[in-house]
Amino acid sequence: MHPIPTVNYLVLSAALLLIGTVGVLTRRNVVIILMSIELILNAVNINLIAFSRSLPLVEGHANVGGQVFAIFVITDAVAEAAVGLGILIALFRNKETVLADEIDLLKW
Amino acid sequence: MNFLDNIWLIPMFPLLGAALMLVFGRKLDPQPVSDVAIAPGVEPVFEHGHDHGHSHDHGHGPHTHDHSHDHSHDHGHDAHGHGHVHAPLKFLINLICPGMVLLSFIFSAGAVWQLAQQTQRVHEVIKFTWLAGLPFHMANGNNAIFQADWGFLLDPLSSVMILVVTGIGFLIHVYSTGYMAHDNGYYRFFGYLNLFVFFMLMLVLANNYALLFVGWEGVGLCSYLLIGFYFHKKSAGDAGKKAFIVNRVGDSGFILGMLLMLSVLGTIKFTDIGPALAAGRFTVESGLGVLSVMTLLLFIGATGKSAQFPLYVWLPDAMEGPTPVSALIHAATMVTAGVYMVARSSALFQLTPATSTVVASVGAFTAILAATIALVQNDIKRVLAYSTVSQLGYMFLALGVGAYWVAVFHLFTHAFFKALLFLGSGSVIHAMSGEQDMRRMGALKDKIPITHWTMFVGSVAIAGIPGLAGFFSKDEILWQTFSSKQGSQFLYVVGLVTAGMTAFYMWRLMNLTFYGKSRVSPEVESHIHESGPAMTVPLMVLAVGSVVAGWLGVPKLWTAFGENFRLFEAWLAPVFALTAEEGEHSPSLEWMLMGTSVAIAIIGITIARYFYHHKPQIPDSMEKSPLLKPLHGLLYNKWYVDEIYDFLFVDGLCKGGGTLLGSFDRNVVDGGVNGAGWLTRFVSKLSMWWDTWIVDGAVRFGSFFVKMLSYPVCMLQTGRVQRYAFFVVVGALAFLGYFVIR
Repeated sequence: MHPIPTVNYLVLSAALLLIGTVGVLTRRNVVIILMSIELILNAVNINLIAFSRSLPLVEGHANVGGQVFAIFVITDAVAEAAVGLGILIALFRNKETVLADEIDLLKW
Repeated sequence: MNFLDNIWLIPMFPLLGAALMLVFGRKLDPQPVSDVAIAPGVEPVFEHGHDHGHSHDHGHGPHTHDHSHDHSHDHGHDAHGHGHVHAPLKFLINLICPGMVLLSFIFSAGAVWQLAQQTQRVHEVIKFTWLAGLPFHMANGNNAIFQADWGFLLDPLSSVMILVVTGIGFLIHVYSTGYMAHDNGYYRFFGYLNLFVFFMLMLVLANNYALLFVGWEGVGLCSYLLIGFYFHKKSAGDAGKKAFIVNRVGDSGFILGMLLMLSVLGTIKFTDIGPALAAGRFTVESGLGVLSVMTLLLFIGATGKSAQFPLYVWLPDAMEGPTPVSALIHAATMVTAGVYMVARSSALFQLTPATSTVVASVGAFTAILAATIALVQNDIKRVLAYSTVSQLGYMFLALGVGAYWVAVFHLFTHAFFKALLFLGSGSVIHAMSGEQDMRRMGALKDKIPITHWTMFVGSVAIAGIPGLAGFFSKDEILWQTFSSKQGSQFLYVVGLVTAGMTAFYMWRLMNLTFYGKSRVSPEVESHIHESGPAMTVPLMVLAVGSVVAGWLGVPKLWTAFGENFRLFEAWLAPVFALTAEEGEHSPSLEWMLMGTSVAIAIIGITIARYFYHHKPQIPDSMEKSPLLKPLHGLLYNKWYVDEIYDFLFVDGLCKGGGTLLGSFDRNVVDGGVNGAGWLTRFVSKLSMWWDTWIVDGAVRFGSFFVKMLSYPVCMLQTGRVQRYAFFVVVGALAFLGYFVIR
């Protein structure tokens, strides 16, 4: 059985990162921006897991540090999504909008 | 009892009396019974002393022609039954006040008697140090210590003064108990009178000029209070103020003289002056400038207090006070304080012939000036007032020619006969229900015989008829003026003419008042009555004094009493060790001059008798004749001296000075203030400009600079999250690119 080479994962990861980044930078709807952030985070997760799998064994045991880290990232993403959506709802109640370019409260 | 060591008690008795009267008098005399209160059911509405009905001295001022005939409010003399003070209280006041002066007199007499027993006739008692130990530099650079004590000096000169003050003072106190019986403020009157006696005794008993000055000012104060005794009358208040203010002019001279003395001689103690003069080697030839200034300043003080030209104007107005006050203060005692002071300073005056000449000239001029005015006055008290000024002029004439003991002798005799004349005039006024205008008197001789006979004695005495007091002292003055090296024949002639005028105006007064036809209004006529014994007894005692007082200093020529039977001169000789040399003149000349002065007195009396008794139409026609009318007007209006003073000093100096000072105030003082204000405003504006533009400018420039710098950075903070994210990405890519390219 031929294992999938690591580089494929990395390409996928890079693609996801690119898509996410472009999404964050270009989309106006905050919900979609949040979704794009999820893409970026998942790109990272793929990276972490890919490298975790490709790293050599140490004393007969697989190196699962990357996988553990990915779980942390997922947890973090959930929390972040919850907070982000909460903020979004509060914002919508006040500003009646979810478009990022119409929200410039932190302007100088 | 040793009176000599207790001379300090002499002034204390009247002080005690004054304190009792002035502190408790008002409480003892709660509500004067006024005429209004006598009517049933009417409460008294007057304040103390504001009752207007009962003053005897309705002084009509100089303008007697506008005298009102309205006597309806003036029925005080019927009101013997209800005096204003309750009888027991009045008895108490009568006991205390004259009693205190009598005690003083007894102590004085005792002290003088004991002094006479001593060989060294100076006795000094120092009770306390008053102004102590102030070191200072004298004019010549030496150090000296200024010290003034509560010290009392009894020597022959002050002996004479205390006897006069307490003796005559006591008689006048007794007289006042009768004269003031119906007046409000009985306790106030006696309180002031006792206070006056206290200050006068301090004045004459002081052992230094500073303490003398305390008494000097004190008697001035009492004079002011008593002139203004009827203070509800404007003229009385004004006269009081005039006396006070005119005296201030003189007092300023006195103070300056005293300070100069301190600076030059280093002492103001009487007994130290002689040694200081000797130590300073002041002789007639050298070092006299400063002494002359000193004595002139002291003399200015004397002219104020003793009513000499040009400061005599207050004394005639002082007649607004009750008549006993005129007798005691403004004839017998206070006004002689200046004479006493100059006599006390005789050692200084004797060294300064220039000042002595001034003193003699001023005295002679005052004597004749006042005598001319007295010739035509119609107010009985005013005649006597000008007579007093004139007699004081005589005393200064004597002082000026160096005959100090004669001046004091005249002071002594004058105190008797002038007090007598004033009290007599008071008795006349009393009898006339307050009338003072002699044109409304006449033929009072038989109605008030005691007053007439005592005043007759006084008039003879002042006129200079031999045998009575005035003759001895006045003749001695005239003789000394003529014979002394400091005197002159001119001054003698002035004195002689004045003597003639004196006889004339006194006999004019006597004729108008007591003889001839009655010109009294019938209303007043019915009230005329002789005064009670409280008033007549002092008159009689003074009349006796007016006769015998002169015999203490008989002329040298009267050798029938033994060689130089001149008690007064001998008594005072130790005080005036340094006096003018008497010129050599033959006895026949002296007899001749004596005869001349007696003759001129008799001529004066005869003319007055002829004018005002035998031919009363003559003076009237003289007044109306075109030739003499201006002269009469001039004399009647007192040479217009008051008007001139008003013009020169009151209007000219005070008001003009007021205008000048006003403009000075507005322009210079206010200008200074305004200028300071303007300067402050200007500086504050400058400061404000600096603040606004420089200080604030620096701060604002700093902030502006920072703002300018911050502006580009601000442009980045758009508030749009995606921009920020974009920068992050660009940054990340930049790093990435950097590492890739490298």
